Amino acid sequence: MTDKKKGPKLVSRRNTLKGIGAGALLATTGLPKMMGYAQAQSSEPIKIGFQVHRTGIGAAYGRWYDRTTQAAVKRINDMGGINGRPVEIVAEDDGTDPKRGAEVVEKFASQHNCDIAFGTLFSHVVFGSAPRAGELKLPYFVVSEGHHVASGKLNRYTLQPGITDVKSQVQAMAPFVGDNLGKKVTMIYPDFAFGHDHRDFFSEAIERQGGNVVAKIAVPPAETSFTKYFPKIPRDTEVVYHVMVGPAVLTFVKELGEFFGPSRPEIFGFIDSLEAVDINSPGLEFLEGTYFWEGMPRYAQADQTSHDKLYREAVGVDENGASTSDSKDVSTFAHMFGCWETLNIVKAGMESAGYKGPEDRSKLIEAVEAMSDMPMSDDHPQGAKRFNGKTHQTFGSQYISKVTDGKLVVSHTTSIEDTLYEDEVDYTTQPF
Amino acid sequence: MEFGPHLILASLEGAVIAAVLAMTAMGLSIVFGIMRVVNVAHGEFFMLGAVIAWWVAHLLGGHPAVGFIAALVFAPILVGVIAAVADRLVLQRIDYDPDRTIVGTIGLLYIIQQVTLMTFGPEARPVEAPFNQRLAIPWFEFGENGFEIYWPWGLSITSYKLFIIVAAIAILTALWVLMTKTKIGLIMRATQQDSEMARAFGVPVKRVYAWVFGLGAGLAAMGAVLVVPVQQAHYLMGHDPLLLSFIVVIIGGLGSLPGTVIAAILIGMSDGIISVFFSPTLAKILATLLVAMVLVFRPQGLMGKIRS
Repeated sequence: MTDKKKGPKLVSRRNTLKGIGAGALLATTGLPKMMGYAQAQSSEPIKIGFQVHRTGIGAAYGRWYDRTTQAAVKRINDMGGINGRPVEIVAEDDGTDPKRGAEVVEKFASQHNCDIAFGTLFSHVVFGSAPRAGELKLPYFVVSEGHHVASGKLNRYTLQPGITDVKSQVQAMAPFVGDNLGKKVTMIYPDFAFGHDHRDFFSEAIERQGGNVVAKIAVPPAETSFTKYFPKIPRDTEVVYHVMVGPAVLTFVKELGEFFGPSRPEIFGFIDSLEAVDINSPGLEFLEGTYFWEGMPRYAQADQTSHDKLYREAVGVDENGASTSDSKDVSTFAHMFGCWETLNIVKAGMESAGYKGPEDRSKLIEAVEAMSDMPMSDDHPQGAKRFNGKTHQTFGSQYISKVTDGKLVVSHTTSIEDTLYEDEVDYTTQPF
Repeated sequence: MEFGPHLILASLEGAVIAAVLAMTAMGLSIVFGIMRVVNVAHGEFFMLGAVIAWWVAHLLGGHPAVGFIAALVFAPILVGVIAAVADRLVLQRIDYDPDRTIVGTIGLLYIIQQVTLMTFGPEARPVEAPFNQRLAIPWFEFGENGFEIYWPWGLSITSYKLFIIVAAIAILTALWVLMTKTKIGLIMRATQQDSEMARAFGVPVKRVYAWVFGLGAGLAAMGAVLVVPVQQAHYLMGHDPLLLSFIVVIIGGLGSLPGTVIAAILIGMSDGIISVFFSPTLAKILATLLVAMVLVFRPQGLMGKIRS
C-alpha cells in the first residue's frame, strides 16, 4: 500500500511535463480546426436531431424510419446538401417513451446544438416532447399521424408537413366503409391518444354516412393476448374496423381470424395492425378479400410511378415492401415515406428562408407555414400534398387496398378534398 | 355473445393462461422453497426461453414441428445452464444472503434484458406453431324443437392452445414424480428441510442449489416455449410473467408446490373470466387485491406452513 502511494509522487514531475505536452499538442491541432470552421462557416453541417423509436413498442417503426431517413439524407447530400451545407443526422433513442422523448429533445437543443428536431412517430411521445421543444424554441417536425398537431393542443414550433393525420384519414375512409362494406361497425383500437383519435373521428364520420358504431373495444397497447376482447363484438356487426400497434400485432390479427373462423363479417383494417408483418404469415389466410387503409401502397402497383420506384430503390425496399437484403424484413411502408417527405420539406423551407443557423429558426417555421400545394415528385413519392400553414398539418390522398392473392392491391384512392376538414387552430397567430 | 358460450370461451382462455402461469410460478416457487432465494430475474429466464425458441426454430428451418420440438428440448436446457452459471458466479459468492440476492437478481434481470436487446434486437418475432387448427365448439339450447345442438358464432379454440394445457399438465406431473419418487427429489427435499443437516449427511448442497436454480429457470423457459407460438418472442415479455408468478406464489404459499398449482389455476381462470366479461384491468386489480388480502389474513398463503 505504501509503495503504491509513493509511486505517483516519484513520477509526478514527469507526468506534469507529459500533461503540458499533451495540452500543447491539443492546442496546436485543435486551434486550426476551429479557425477553419470560422473561415468557412457555410460548410459546417446542418444538424438534424432524429428522435427515433429504437427500443420499446415502436421499435419496428423506428428501424424503418431510420433507414428512410438515412436514405433521404444521402440523397439530399448527393444533390449538394441544404444551402450548400451537408446534412448530418444526430440520432437518439427515445425508447418510445414520452418522458425520455422530452429528454431527447432537450439533448438535441442543449448538448448537440441541433438546428431542428425531427422524426417522432408515436403520439404519446409527441405529446410528451412537443411542449419542451416549444420552450426551447426548437423547430420540431413530427411524422406521427396523430391529430394533436392540427387540434391546436401543441405549439408553433411543432409541425407535421410530411404525413397526414388520423382525422383526415378516417374521414376519407368512412364513405367507402359505409357504401361498400356495411353500416354497423365495431371498432377495435389501442387505448391511447392515437386510438382515441380513430374512435372519435371515425364514429363522427360514419354517422354522417348514415351508419353507426355498435361497439368500441379499447385494447391496452402493451397487451399480448386478444381473444378475450372479441366476444364483445356484437353479433349484428357488419364491419369490424381494426387498428392496432405494438409488438403483438401479429397475434392480434391471427386471433381475430381464429375467433371468426369461417363466418367472418366484413373486415376493414388500418395497415398499422400489420406494419412490419408479412401479410402471408401463417394464420392470416382469412384476410383474403378484406380491406386495408394504406398511407402508401406496400406492394408496387401495376401503375407504379417513377417516383415510387426511385424511393424504393433509395431506401432498399423491394416490390413486395420488404427489405431488398432480407425478404422477411417487411417495412412499415405506409408510414415511413413521411420521413423522406418531411426532410425534403425541411430542405425547401431552409432554402427559401435562407437559413444560416439557430438564429433563423423562426424564419424556417415561417417559410414552411407559407407552403401550400406540393405536387407528386421524387421529393413527394406518396402523392401530392396540401399543407395548411395555419394548422401545421398536411393533407394528401389515401389508399384503400384489398387483399388479393396474398397481395395488397389498391382498389380506391381518395382525393385530397375528401380528407379536408375545418381549421381548429391558427398557430401563425402565436408569437415566437 | 350469449352467456353460456361466452363462459366456455372465457374458461378456455383462462385455462391456457393458468397452464403457462403454473409452470412459470412453479419455477419461482421451487427456487424459493429450496434455496430461500427471491429470484427477481425469473421473468427474464422466461423471456430467454422464448428468444432461444425463436433462434432454434429459425436456425433449423424446415417443418415448424421440427423447430418447435428442438426448441422445447434445447431452450429449457440452455436457460437452465445459464441460470446455474449465474448461481455459481453471483448467488454463491454472496452466500444467498436474502437482501443481497434480491439486488443480485435485479442486476441479472437488467443484464439479461439488455444483452437480449443488443443481440436479438427490439423486434417481436414469431415462432410457428407445429399445428394450429381452429376447433369450433358446439353449444346446446332448449328451443321450440326441444334440445338442440348448434355452433355459436365465435366459440372456438385452436388445437395448439389445447396442447398447451395438456403439455403443462404432463410437465407438472413429471415434476411431481421427480420431487416425490426419485432420489434427486429426496435430496432436494432434504436440502429444503435443513440444508446443514443435509450437508452433514453428504448432500453436496452447493451443487444442489445450482441444479435447483437451473431447474427453476428451465421451467420458466419451458412455459415460454409453449406460449411463444401464440404470442411472440420480445425482449420485454418477462414483466407480466414475473408479476403474475409472484402473485401466484404469494397466494399459494411460498415454497408450497400444490399451493402454487392451485393459485395458478385460481389466478389464471379468474384472469380469463374477468377479463372476458369485464375488463383485463379489473382482473389485474382483483388479483392484486387478493394478494393484499392473503398477506393480511393468511400471510403463509393458502397451502403454506407457518414456520416457527
